[in-house]
Amino acid sequence: MTLFPYLVAGWILLAGLYGVATSRNLVHLIICLTVAQSSTYILLLAVGFRRHATAPIFGDIRPGHRVVDPVVHALTLTDIVVSATVAALLLSFAVQAQKRFGTIDPDELRAMHG
Amino acid sequence: MTAPGRAVAFVAAGGAFACLFVWGASGLPPFGHYPGPYGDAVIASVTSVRHTTNVPTSIVFDYRGFDTLGEELILFIAAIGVALVFRETRDEEADGVFPIDDDEIRLQGVVLVPLLAVLGFEVIAHGPVTPGGGFQGGVILAGAALLVFLAGSWAAYRRLTPEPAVELLEAAGAGGYAVVGLVILILGGAYLENVLPLGEGGQLDSGGTIALLNWLSAIAVVGSFTLLFREFLTEMLTRRPLR
Repeated sequence: MTLFPYLVAGWILLAGLYGVATSRNLVHLIICLTVAQSSTYILLLAVGFRRHATAPIFGDIRPGHRVVDPVVHALTLTDIVVSATVAALLLSFAVQAQKRFGTIDPDELRAMHG
Repeated sequence: MTAPGRAVAFVAAGGAFACLFVWGASGLPPFGHYPGPYGDAVIASVTSVRHTTNVPTSIVFDYRGFDTLGEELILFIAAIGVALVFRETRDEEADGVFPIDDDEIRLQGVVLVPLLAVLGFEVIAHGPVTPGGGFQGGVILAGAALLVFLAGSWAAYRRLTPEPAVELLEAAGAGGYAVVGLVILILGGAYLENVLPLGEGGQLDSGGTIALLNWLSAIAVVGSFTLLFREFLTEMLTRRPLR
């Protein structure tokens, strides 16, 4: 089962992308995009995991204790911040679409603009 | 293409991706046995070289401090973008009508605001020491302020977060991060090189520039998220004529 965590990440990515591809609502689409992006957190944390290791915080453990890889944790932190802000920006576009065109259905929006 | 058509196309493309993904993932180190030489080098050196005990925070604000500048700018630009998108078409001031009027929500909010504010500062301040840091604590602080809106009123929230102050916080946090790097550069160091006294491990000022950049990023996060909240709430509360 050494592949299992990676497969979970791949599955979440595909589930999110499926939602993006078939969405009929911009807000739903943006949430699906954040689901897809959340797969990267799992992938990063899974890559850096080590058996019988604890979190890389030396406040309570003695140095030398086996810890998981901290670099992927830092990357995940960046990832989450970017995900949240991009979602906010996209949601503001959805609000504008509703205001200007009265719909947030991607198909109807496309029909209006060809 | 219709929605069912897209679903069919997605299954084909997704299937191809799944095959490639499984093939690629099977070439990764087995789960739980990551070799990670870079991470090991950081782990081995961080407590002695940087006097910090929270390794991810040390990576974010020191070892990869330059990448975090990019992250701060993404945050900054996204918040500015939301403000631009909304303000372009806004013609009226928000009138403050909000449908939730529930005493229980108000009571819980009043209790939670001070608790969350303390928690937010605690998480930020302990960034170099224990789990947490500027980004996490900053979001908690912005959330605590947002509770003032839920528990109190839109007018109270606006008084708590005056627009010039919010914009100043956002700019000062993101700009300050870049300026710290420039000052170190002018003083003869490398960009964002850790030149401040490292302090004693386990203390709130440990890690030199790590503690400083941690606080600056907290300021940027509080400013950016409060700006986002304000813009969305103003949009929601603005009474617009029917189309």
